[in-house]
Amino acid sequence: MVNITIDGQQFQAAEGQNVLQAALDNGIEIPHLCYHENLSSYGGCRLCLVEITRGQRTTLTTSCTYPCLEGIVVRTDTPEVLKARRLVMELLLPLAPEAPQIQALAREMGISEQRFTEEEADNCIRCGLCTRACTEMVGAQAITFSGRGYRRAVESPFGEEAVDCIGCGTCVYICPTGCIEMLDRGTQRTLPKWKRTLELKKCTKCGWPYIPFAQIEFARQRGQEPPAADWFDLCPNCR
Amino acid sequence: MFRLNSVGELEKLRAEISEKRDTGKPCITTCLGTGCHAYASYDVYDALAEEIDARGLKEKIELRGTGCHGFCEQGPIVVIFPSEICYCRVQPEDAADILAALMEDKVVDRLLYEDPVSGQKYEREDEIPFYKNQNRLILGQNRLIDPQNIEDYFAQGGYKALAKALTDMTPEDVLAEVKKANLRGRGGGGFPAGVKWETTRQAPEKEKYVVVNADEGDPGAYMDRSLLEGNPHLVLEGLILGAYAIGAAEGFVYVRQEYPLAVDNLSRAVEQAQGYGLLGDNILGSGFNFRVRIKRGAGAFVSGESSALVSAIEGQVGEPRPKHINTAISGLWGKPTNLNNVETWANVPFIIERGADWFNGIGNEGNKGTKIFSLVGKVNNTGLVEVPMGIPLRKIIEDIGGGIPQGKKFKAVQTGGPSGGCIPEQHLDTPVDFDRLQELGSMMGSGGMIVMDENNCMVDVAKYFMNFLKDESCGKCTSCREGTKRMYEILEAITKGEGRAGDIELLEELAWVTEKTSLCALGQTAANPVLSTLRYFREEYEAHINEKRCPAKVCKALIRYTIDPEKCDGCGRCQRNCPEEAISGELKSPLVIDTDRCSRCGICLEVCRRDAVVVE
Repeated sequence: MVNITIDGQQFQAAEGQNVLQAALDNGIEIPHLCYHENLSSYGGCRLCLVEITRGQRTTLTTSCTYPCLEGIVVRTDTPEVLKARRLVMELLLPLAPEAPQIQALAREMGISEQRFTEEEADNCIRCGLCTRACTEMVGAQAITFSGRGYRRAVESPFGEEAVDCIGCGTCVYICPTGCIEMLDRGTQRTLPKWKRTLELKKCTKCGWPYIPFAQIEFARQRGQEPPAADWFDLCPNCR
Repeated sequence: MFRLNSVGELEKLRAEISEKRDTGKPCITTCLGTGCHAYASYDVYDALAEEIDARGLKEKIELRGTGCHGFCEQGPIVVIFPSEICYCRVQPEDAADILAALMEDKVVDRLLYEDPVSGQKYEREDEIPFYKNQNRLILGQNRLIDPQNIEDYFAQGGYKALAKALTDMTPEDVLAEVKKANLRGRGGGGFPAGVKWETTRQAPEKEKYVVVNADEGDPGAYMDRSLLEGNPHLVLEGLILGAYAIGAAEGFVYVRQEYPLAVDNLSRAVEQAQGYGLLGDNILGSGFNFRVRIKRGAGAFVSGESSALVSAIEGQVGEPRPKHINTAISGLWGKPTNLNNVETWANVPFIIERGADWFNGIGNEGNKGTKIFSLVGKVNNTGLVEVPMGIPLRKIIEDIGGGIPQGKKFKAVQTGGPSGGCIPEQHLDTPVDFDRLQELGSMMGSGGMIVMDENNCMVDVAKYFMNFLKDESCGKCTSCREGTKRMYEILEAITKGEGRAGDIELLEELAWVTEKTSLCALGQTAANPVLSTLRYFREEYEAHINEKRCPAKVCKALIRYTIDPEKCDGCGRCQRNCPEEAISGELKSPLVIDTDRCSRCGICLEVCRRDAVVVE
């Protein structure tokens, strides 16, 4: 454990743990969009900026990528931090102007007018939560970033059907702007963004087509044995 | 090729090569570097070879294809040794005259370099003002060496520094010498190489790596390319010395795959060095083992950033990562990794062979040695120049570069590549070094130097670089990805005459957030083109925004072409050449340009013989 100071308060944190998590664990709120406690830190959205002093050096940096080290002093609310965050938010806002979570954050930061506009906003803020969840949580690695700079986008490989997508919906769940659609129609599940359509298995009791066959197969291939052999025959409601 | 098992064997081989080479025998060298190659220098080389053959002189004259000499403006370049007569813009048809003159101990007058201003002709290469004012320590061997032939490098004293280090010096001695030489990283940052080496050497992990960063990506810059293409063994020798000092057993060269000749020559050099036992196990019988692998980059500018480069070598997407722990301590696969740029490594053999004191005699306070620049843009002599650090910018542009063509007025010089800045006339006497350029809001970068004259619009220049940066940002950080995009949009609007009050302040806000909140050096310096042009040429921005006027008459939306009826004699040249058919009127009487149809291409201005076309 190391001793760190956040906004004048002393805390103990596990050495190497990221500063953002340490702050959140201690009830100090720092806005963030690309961070999730169960995923690796990415440092892309730049919203969790804080000022960190280590020894003689003070830097403006992202708290999600900065490790807790003995004696560091963190300031989450200096005028410079707030100004930088607000500008970053202004840059993010036009990417997903309709998304409730984005709107709420912008409001909290006191942004009342939108100075930048995007003609064809696709509602994706390039936070990469979906790609990291797919790779690190699910293990499917079905989607990834493509392109550089402003052309960067999350895509299925080569823009074709994401053949490794198992239709689990983790990306849909984790996306902060709701820009990934998942449609269940009859026994088919479609994720239009990944150009992927999968067959669903029906619950043998209630008949609800509830899980893609591909997801069951994926679990089996990875040796994730269900608690019972007929586990997937029943939907969660009927189990 | 045979394995050299000791330093003695290397020196014996070197003596044999020197003996074999009759120094009195003339050698015709042809530059086959990328610039001259584009001017078809391979045809010149072939023509010279045929001519030598036809005259039965194969035994009497040596012909050698070399790397880039630097004076690319005048390519293809042919230099004859030992007289050092330099021929410029040589064509295949000139081969016969060159040979005839050589046999009669004469020179081909029409192929000599002629100063565009004074009209004076120069015979010897070292008399030409472009070369005379340089100190070509690193680049100088290029013209003497066939980069595909390791014997040429041996003949120039190649691998002598390595031999010295392995016999007379401990790794600590080599490190101490480089530290003492105050060698600063030539890739842009200017960080002391010796300090970085020491960090990697002292890092606790036993397995360490050394890396050559050859991901040169600045538009118009080709210093590292020419070194790798023209003298790959020099870079390799530097790398081997670094590995010895640091204690690395494996090294990588990360080189752009868009540099095919560099990849070829380097691969061959690695093979040759392995064959001679200069790479591999038990190098020169010293017990020191070191291997080198070449990793080709896939064309992303950002991969030159150290942490992105590390990712790329590991096989990941070349994208910067947070480095609260330096790559010198945790780099490739989490192991201590020392990265230096091509030119930095190329300095090392000289430092080891000649000593740190000698090296410290070149350059100014805090900036030792030479620096290679690629001098391009509105300057008479474009090419690669190597000068001692600390010489004034003016000397590079006026004495070496020969000033601005067509007597135009100098406006600014852009240094440091896309993330650098523009330096105006009043600072031309500033010494060129890492620290002073930074004080001026620019930077040394890897050595790009683009000269601009009165016909360059500084808002347009900022837009050009921002366009590059918005495309080459990796896109990870919101501030860099969106910041460069928004800055570009505003600059584009200004150059289109759609600039609004408040745009300059908005640019400054965006510049601030991009610089302050981005992860890597690309984002942190991406605003420099905007900030430095605003710093020195704010009135140009204001003219665009407030008066809808482009003072340099570059921005098409803000200029108008008209014909002065007093001067026009109605010859019709402009009318015939206008691609938009925008010029009308009776021949032999003044013509008129239809502004609505005119696309502002400027062809009429170029073809008019009476200066009747006016831009306003």
